[in-house]
Amino acid sequence: MKILVCISVVPDTTSKISFKDNDTKFVSDGVQFIINPYDEMALSKSLEITESLGGTITVINVGLADTEANIRKALAIGANDAVRINAEPKDAMFVATQISNVVKNENYDLIFTGRESIDHNGGLVCGLLAEMLNIPSVNVVSKIEIEGSKIKATRDIDGGREELECTMPCVISAQKDLSEARIPNMRGIMAARTKPLKVVDAVSENDFSEFVNFELPPAKTGVKLIDAENAGELIDLLRNEKKLI
Amino acid sequence: MTQEELLKFKENQKITDQFKQPDFYGIDELLNEEHKLIRDSIRDWVKKEISPIIDICCQEAIFPDFIKKGLGEIGCYGPQLPVEYGCGGLDYISYGLAMQELERGDSGIRSTASVQGSLVMYPIYKFGSEEQKQKYLPRLATGEIMGCFGLTEPNHGSDPGSMITRIEDKGDFYLLNGAKMWISNAPFADIAVVWAKDDNNIVRGMIIERGMEGFTTPETHKKWSLRASATGELVFDNVKVPKENIFPNVKGLKGPLTCLNSARYGISWGVVGAAMDCYDTALRYSKERKQFGKSISSFQLQQKKLAEMLTDITKAQLICWRLGTLMNEGKATPSQISLAKRNNVEMALNIARTSRQMLGAMGITGDYPIMRHMMNLESVVTYEGTHDIHLLILGHEITGDNAFS
Repeated sequence: MKILVCISVVPDTTSKISFKDNDTKFVSDGVQFIINPYDEMALSKSLEITESLGGTITVINVGLADTEANIRKALAIGANDAVRINAEPKDAMFVATQISNVVKNENYDLIFTGRESIDHNGGLVCGLLAEMLNIPSVNVVSKIEIEGSKIKATRDIDGGREELECTMPCVISAQKDLSEARIPNMRGIMAARTKPLKVVDAVSENDFSEFVNFELPPAKTGVKLIDAENAGELIDLLRNEKKLI
Repeated sequence: MTQEELLKFKENQKITDQFKQPDFYGIDELLNEEHKLIRDSIRDWVKKEISPIIDICCQEAIFPDFIKKGLGEIGCYGPQLPVEYGCGGLDYISYGLAMQELERGDSGIRSTASVQGSLVMYPIYKFGSEEQKQKYLPRLATGEIMGCFGLTEPNHGSDPGSMITRIEDKGDFYLLNGAKMWISNAPFADIAVVWAKDDNNIVRGMIIERGMEGFTTPETHKKWSLRASATGELVFDNVKVPKENIFPNVKGLKGPLTCLNSARYGISWGVVGAAMDCYDTALRYSKERKQFGKSISSFQLQQKKLAEMLTDITKAQLICWRLGTLMNEGKATPSQISLAKRNNVEMALNIARTSRQMLGAMGITGDYPIMRHMMNLESVVTYEGTHDIHLLILGHEITGDNAFS
């Protein structure tokens, strides 16, 4: 089994988010970057698969040199080798184009992405990449079993789940129940020192999108406590102040 | 509470540990990416495996058995020893950061790892025969077997040179008699590294295995400190020790003292973890706790406490980093290690007491880690060379005069 896991590097969930240059650029100073959590689950699922069926895992990332610490972490967790495509990941179209260009002749049996990255939350790379490689894709997968040359996948849909079969090769996007993220151990960290990390140049690509500006959600306001015996006041607030009823 | 009940309890716990470390002087920039990955990985492991259960373990005085394997899997047993014996092959800063993160969780957990790595694996590696290394180190590194270290005796603590535990040469074997006390990991240890005097009154080191006739390890109860760590005695009643179990490569007190240097180095980092946890808890609490209509963090007296705590932690972090660099270069002296151990443990104890006050009455409960750290640190300030003994080591170094005797 030959598996590719696409990882993106995103701000830690506890980061304070702010913007500069007229709200067009994210301020990354002092922000800790992590492997996108859904991608980490895809990586640990891949390890479960290769541990039972054998095989190799390659991780791929579109990013500048500062993502290498997180790529090394993926190698420490257990991936066999890594590729970094040396470019700023502009948008999903750009990322999918770069990855497909590098892997189109590599014959991976399974390609994983996360269901979305937790920074821009686009969730598009899985579908775009599969189209570019001309193979099927299944997104938001919370369970997967390998049966011969097919996979059996369970995916989350509105109000429920669906189970389906799909032939390999295919692209799968990982949802949170797929697997539990693994913590690298010191032996893995040692081993990651000598695992191959190949850096390749990006291919030129038209810009399909541009960030006009970012906006933070409105700040949370304090909680208003109402005495239990004063239900009338609650109704009044919901109706006239919040206009919810 | 049984071990099964503890595991069931753990299954139902969520990760709620929000610890964030202070790094006021950008000490992270002195670390490489590998150091940071090691630190963050062990921090994640502690948040997942230790924080949810540590209060109940201490309240109930139960050692969490599952961490023996867990600490091995994450690589906390002898990470600084070579890979050919199944160890990590990492540098001393990595080892220090690992101890910092474990003790951030709990000193008792760090002690379990320190004893295994610095006091059992290290002497086997440093003084053992090749057969002893091959036989024990790989299994100690994974936690398949656990070890303990017997130097202190009921009547010989700071003065180990006066020990009365002895081995007698009987031709084919040695006969071991005596007792050791205050031994971390003793109740469950599979092997013990023991120091005893031979017929020529020379201190020798040896490996004693559980199951040898006449060897028992009664547990020490009623501790108010390190309650999640197992402590006991080692009792030797005519134990026949095969000659191949003696360390061939060391004679005299410098054997055990060399091991203690390695462990004291780990403690110097470990207690910074405990101090950071206390500081971080007090900082978060002071922002949330309101009195006189505003957060207590806005009051000058609380700010003074926070500012002084941060200053002391920053100084201790710098001591650790510099000492780690000296250890990597093979240049650290025992008295430099004494300075770090003594300074940092006192710093951590003071911070535990100050931050406990900031939490008011809440600070004495098990809902917060501070009182647990404070009680643990009372052991740490005593074991591996008492606070006063380290002062005398430094005094000796400075003046050239030995004040011990």
